[in-house]
Amino acid sequence: MQHYNMNLTLKVWRQKNSKKTGNFETFYVKNISSEMSFLEMFDVLNEQLVSEGKEPIAFDHDCREGICGACSMYINGRAHGPWHQTTTCQLHMREYKDGDTIVVEPWRSHSFPVIKDLVVDRSAFDRIIAAGGYVSVNTGNAVDANCLPIEKEKADESFAAASCIGCGACVAACPNASAMLFVSAKVSHLALLPQGAPERRKRALDMVHQMDEEGFGSCTNIGACEAECPKGISLENIARLNREYIGSMLLGNS
Amino acid sequence: MALNSKIPAGQLAEKWTTYKSTCKLVNPANKRQIEIIVVGTGLAGASAAASLGELGYKVKAFCYQDSPRRAHSIAAQGGINAAKNYQNDGDSVYRLFYDTIKGGDYRAREGNVHRLAEVSANIIDQCVAQGVPFAREYGGLLSNRSFGGTQVQRTFYAAGQTGQQLLIGAYQALERQISLGNVTMYARHEMVELVTIEGKARGIIVRDLVSGELERHFGHAVLLCTGGYGNVFYLSTNAMGCNTTAIWKAHKKGAFFGNPCFTQIHPTCIPVSGDHQSKLTLMSESLRNDGRIWVPKKQNDTRIASEISEEERDYYLERRYPAFGNLVPRDVASRAAKERCDAGYGVGTSKQAVYLDFASAIERYGKIEAHKLGKSGASKEEIYALGKDVVKEKYGNLFEMYEKITGENPYLVPMRIYPAVHYTMGGLWVDYELMTTIPNLYALGEANFSDHGANRLGASALMQGLADGYFVIPYTLGNNMADDIRTKAIPTSHPAFEKAENDVKERIERLMNIKGKESVESFHKRLGKIMWDKCGMGRNEKGLQEALEEIKALRNEFWTNVRIPGEINEFNTELDKAGRVADFIELGELMCMDALNRKESCGGHFREESQTEEGEALRDDDNFMYVAAWEYKDESTFQLHREDLVYDVVHPSARSYK
Repeated sequence: MQHYNMNLTLKVWRQKNSKKTGNFETFYVKNISSEMSFLEMFDVLNEQLVSEGKEPIAFDHDCREGICGACSMYINGRAHGPWHQTTTCQLHMREYKDGDTIVVEPWRSHSFPVIKDLVVDRSAFDRIIAAGGYVSVNTGNAVDANCLPIEKEKADESFAAASCIGCGACVAACPNASAMLFVSAKVSHLALLPQGAPERRKRALDMVHQMDEEGFGSCTNIGACEAECPKGISLENIARLNREYIGSMLLGNS
Repeated sequence: MALNSKIPAGQLAEKWTTYKSTCKLVNPANKRQIEIIVVGTGLAGASAAASLGELGYKVKAFCYQDSPRRAHSIAAQGGINAAKNYQNDGDSVYRLFYDTIKGGDYRAREGNVHRLAEVSANIIDQCVAQGVPFAREYGGLLSNRSFGGTQVQRTFYAAGQTGQQLLIGAYQALERQISLGNVTMYARHEMVELVTIEGKARGIIVRDLVSGELERHFGHAVLLCTGGYGNVFYLSTNAMGCNTTAIWKAHKKGAFFGNPCFTQIHPTCIPVSGDHQSKLTLMSESLRNDGRIWVPKKQNDTRIASEISEEERDYYLERRYPAFGNLVPRDVASRAAKERCDAGYGVGTSKQAVYLDFASAIERYGKIEAHKLGKSGASKEEIYALGKDVVKEKYGNLFEMYEKITGENPYLVPMRIYPAVHYTMGGLWVDYELMTTIPNLYALGEANFSDHGANRLGASALMQGLADGYFVIPYTLGNNMADDIRTKAIPTSHPAFEKAENDVKERIERLMNIKGKESVESFHKRLGKIMWDKCGMGRNEKGLQEALEEIKALRNEFWTNVRIPGEINEFNTELDKAGRVADFIELGELMCMDALNRKESCGGHFREESQTEEGEALRDDDNFMYVAAWEYKDESTFQLHREDLVYDVVHPSARSYK
């Protein structure tokens, strides 16, 4: 693969803290290698800002291998940028060419308030899990793991739902800022397994209730969440959540 | 101070059972009065916080990430070992114990490792009960695969995302306890100091990373579950935020540091592509089941891989280690790659890489598939297509990740790989109860030194983290807390808290007031280069002496020339990083000192002066069969304490893979 260098114009959202209003600032970076990751390009920019005595741009990131779910940039109008099923940290600069302008914003959602620059508060997701996204089993109570055979297909489907990284791209991509894909992934993960069965009705009701409490919008079947999800979480999960939820409403939660 | 590892008396296989039946207990009413601090929410921290919350303790959990679910355990790929013997292939608790002791090159404690093997089976049961979706066979039962250094299939997995699924399981258990009010969670909070009162750990000072404010938190006991310190090398497979600060602060307050120089360099990582590189990405060990590692036979060969014929390739692992071939343990494979690159046989633009080639695996699988389909006259292209599908099913997600990062298609051209820092076997010294040399201060998971000796086997880190959190600490903590039931919660206005907070405040102000010219990142990179060059895969006396001088000079420069923009009382990632790098610099010095002291080679620690004629690691059991536990005395001054290792059951022998 041929490597090359490029100069870029960046328009990045700056916001001092949650109380101040923010605005776009324009930056120029030079000699960016096509081998860099998108966040390494931001590292270069930040080093440049520090050397000029300015504050670097704050952004969330940690594992830089696409699994922790911390990174969260809205790049040229798309959550995590242009690559299919790719987190921001795995997007690489060979996507861009010399002279390009890139606009970078934080996740935009009432339920994800901006903390600083590109960093948002996603603790609403933790509270939704705390509302019921678990199996109520204490340590030490478990029987032998192979006492409970599970159809491979079911286990695989459950795993696919469980591969959600909780990054919030689904909310950022949705015009309604709905968290249905996130909630449905957890409900599906557990509803598909026998271990999750005893609590499935209550779980669906409680998690949806908490989602509403947090102020996330409603789902209107647009599908932007699935299109932008870095882990390919399927819309079928939302259909399953709806079934679980309606079933629970009709049958009561026990 | 004499080190007491508190290994229970009796037969090896009876020790843990005896301990559990005789340790002291705390009644439920008293548990409600006892406050426990858990720092870190990876596998060890989340499982400990959840389990202790379930027991009724009042738990406070802290993590620097925005959510406990993001701790770096999440990135573990391959799997988790357990002595279930579901495959009926001769596995047992004893064999898992033995493999781990041998894999660690006879530098771990028998008692601890046997306990780890014993509880390994419970971990799988617990995780399945929580709904962790492990890989399964068509019959509905759990699937297993093999990992390096073993002859049985005992590794449980969830595709290449085992760490993620286990952590989400522990995280969900933790969130449940949060919702029940048994655990209070503090995300985006970093521990910056330990508080001791009358010689016991009684609390911590944390910095709220959003507001920048310092907070005081009391605990009857403090559990550090803060992971490893591989980022001392700047480049590693660790997450960007992984750091040593919590355990380093504890070390400076009196917790001994065990075997700091024991570092695991993982052989198969995507190589460095330039100075901009911020971190390294692992390619799972499982790839070595099918990939063949080679370099050109000709030095400084600049041709592309496809132009180098079979006869001109050196499959150096197969050549040097015919018995194990490409599946030698991590330390051996890493050193062999370095040897070839240093001798001028490396590939790629940097010449710091070797090939991991799947061409013959694709062909082999393709022929098998063609045979199954009865296509005896299948063309080369047909065989390739069939074989590619098999390889994709096994390793698809890893191949995709490789392509995203490098832009090269590993189905067509061999992967380029190079060793990278991955795990630290060293950590805070703990006894059998996981308590450090500071009473009431515990260390769990990668943060302690205890179970992996000088080299960790694949799929054993997840096992240890969860063993410590789910199954060990609930017993051992109670045994100690039973003596603390009369201790009332100490108000954080106590002078010890006051002083600890002031110390932190002064240090932060000192950092901010330097107003120098060089960025934190730049100092971190420079430290990493010293460590990698002189305390990395090969270490020698001269290099380590030089490193000690260079680190001292770097520290002086850091404290006079670092530049930190922004303010103290705000979200300030440069300030967060500065504190961590300052601690890494001090730790780097201790690592070099430990490496200098240990004149033998063992596991991941290769002293070039101590090798066989064939260039293999040469252990010196007569002089170094001990844990080096270092006590902090003063800046750059550490005192060595030795815990002699006694092997009652296993007989240490030379590890050979030829």
